[in-house]
Amino acid sequence: MINTTPLSKNAAPATHAESHFDRKGLVQMILLGLLLLLPVAAYFLGHTYYVNLASRVTIIAMAAVGLNLAIGYGGMVSFGHAAYFGLGGYVAGISAYHAFDMTPFMSWPFSVPGSDSLLVVWLAAVVLCALLALAIGAISLRTTGVYFIMITLAFAQMIYYFANSWPTYGGQDGLPIYIRNTLPQVGNNLLDSSDALTYFLICFTGLMLAMALTSRLMKSRFGAALTMARLNDVRLATAGVSPYPIRLVAFVISAAITGLAGALYADLNGFVSPSMLSWHFSGELMVIVILGGVGRLYGPLAGAVLFVMMETFLGGITEYWQLFLGLVLLGVVLFAKHGVMGWLAGSERNE
Amino acid sequence: MSEIVLSLQKLHKRFGALQATNDVSLNLRPGEIHALIGPNGAGKSTLIGQIAGSLRPDEGRVYLADTDITHMSIAERARLGLGRSFQVSSLAEPLSVMRNVMMGVQALQSHSFRFWKPVARDQQLLKPAYEALERMQLSHRAWTPVFELSHGERRQVEVACALALKPRALLLDEPMAGLGPEGSAKLTELLEALKLEVPILLIEHDMEAVFRLADRISVLVAGSVIAHGDSHAIKQDPRVREAYLGDSDA
Ligand SMILES: Nc1ncnc2c1ncn2[C@@H]1O[C@H](COP(=O)(O)OP(=O)(O)O)[C@@H](O)[C@H]1O
Ligand SMILES: [Mg+2]
Repeated sequence: MINTTPLSKNAAPATHAESHFDRKGLVQMILLGLLLLLPVAAYFLGHTYYVNLASRVTIIAMAAVGLNLAIGYGGMVSFGHAAYFGLGGYVAGISAYHAFDMTPFMSWPFSVPGSDSLLVVWLAAVVLCALLALAIGAISLRTTGVYFIMITLAFAQMIYYFANSWPTYGGQDGLPIYIRNTLPQVGNNLLDSSDALTYFLICFTGLMLAMALTSRLMKSRFGAALTMARLNDVRLATAGVSPYPIRLVAFVISAAITGLAGALYADLNGFVSPSMLSWHFSGELMVIVILGGVGRLYGPLAGAVLFVMMETFLGGITEYWQLFLGLVLLGVVLFAKHGVMGWLAGSERNE
Repeated sequence: MSEIVLSLQKLHKRFGALQATNDVSLNLRPGEIHALIGPNGAGKSTLIGQIAGSLRPDEGRVYLADTDITHMSIAERARLGLGRSFQVSSLAEPLSVMRNVMMGVQALQSHSFRFWKPVARDQQLLKPAYEALERMQLSHRAWTPVFELSHGERRQVEVACALALKPRALLLDEPMAGLGPEGSAKLTELLEALKLEVPILLIEHDMEAVFRLADRISVLVAGSVIAHGDSHAIKQDPRVREAYLGDSDA
């Protein structure tokens, strides 16, 4: 203790932390392995349906990764993340619509054409969702607790009703995407986004990037400040860091991730409608985050797998599947505070 | 003016009908401990709140050296070198002691919009935080989560957090409360060593500690400073004896 200055966490007793890392690492690898291998197997067995189901799980998980950054890591319980998911979806839909029609999205003050390029769509979805979240967050983050929940919901509902009543892009009937947006071609058709497996792999890559970003972010100075903003914002301010801008930036990043997932979702389904913007979806995302484990890196993935599986397989048997969802949620909230990931992989120790 | 580190000028604060701060002016000089004593509800914590920025005074100004900080946020004041500990300790409990102290270091070095480099291996953060902990004789607890600490250790962590800001002035709100005689004696010693570097505005109920530590004492009753002077003068002051120390031992 006198000569050795324990300046890294490695110097802390780590015996039980290590065995615990193994279990967590194992659970995470199995989860990722299954998510990656099952669709590949299904594809080569000719079951495209299951490949698309895996894409759906992956995209919903990615949307929940975004929400988890706000709720789990930032302590900002947003009940309006459907706004970003839906906006991302509409960016894909509207862009494809104008590319297909060869009409400009807008011609004044400058001309913005449609585009059928996935890269353009993704970039636009991320930028627009970030801007929307900047505006909504700047206002909402002046409130806390139940008011924050309500005001984020209110903003999302405004956008929902706006989309519902805007006939140009289908109003409440939604907007079809006739041809899935495409990636730039490298050589021959290596990256054919209309191929189910290729599209799944694109989504899987997106999910991995979103999770890697979250993980890296939370280890940085920004992440340290965000963690403290969640745990004790008076302490953060007393330490010389204003909590509000930290929260706002986290909220914006969170929305951008969910928005990118929304763009992927619209292209997966070939369709975007106001239901992507509805509060039901905001609620489902929250349920997924809670099911999987609030503030756990793999929580959104575990939650999305469980949710979509129940919806698909139980939903196929009975239309009352949400009754079972409710029971599972009850079980998780009562008996596994850290969600499915906490239950499978043990609780996480803060350093 | 430049000799004075912290100066309150004619502060007033009302909570409805209650005059919690009534025309309070006092200052803090380099190298001293200025103790603020007074009965419960006198408005001591309210005064600290106005200095640290968690409360806005209705009237009056607060200066840190020559800078008017009356309208600055809590975080801005902290970065300028105003360190504070709370009457009821306020830390991020699930986090390690180190993580709590590191935040002040981080705030001093740059803005917190750094997204890439992991803090766990950042010697620029770890070293100064560790030094602050050593000053409070707490380095052996660096990686312990705060919720496992004793009451007295938490108080020390709060002071270490404040030290991480390389403060120009410290505001300590009843740091000895609930420590017991042993803890009190230890903290008294630490503060005595500290004051040479950082002047301290100290709120304290432990009269033994106050009379030992304080270079000057101000007595606050019902929002007003009723007496001011060194330990000797305060012990003798009849108004203080009446209002606060109690006349029984006269
Ligand atoms: N936020 C507040 N709103 C209303 N009254 C308050 C508030 N904070 C403190 N008070 C009142 O102001 C008076 C001074 O409180 P405080 O500064 O905590 O006293 P001390 O720290 O000297 O014990 C008390 O009567 C208290 O009830
Ligand atoms: Mg008090």
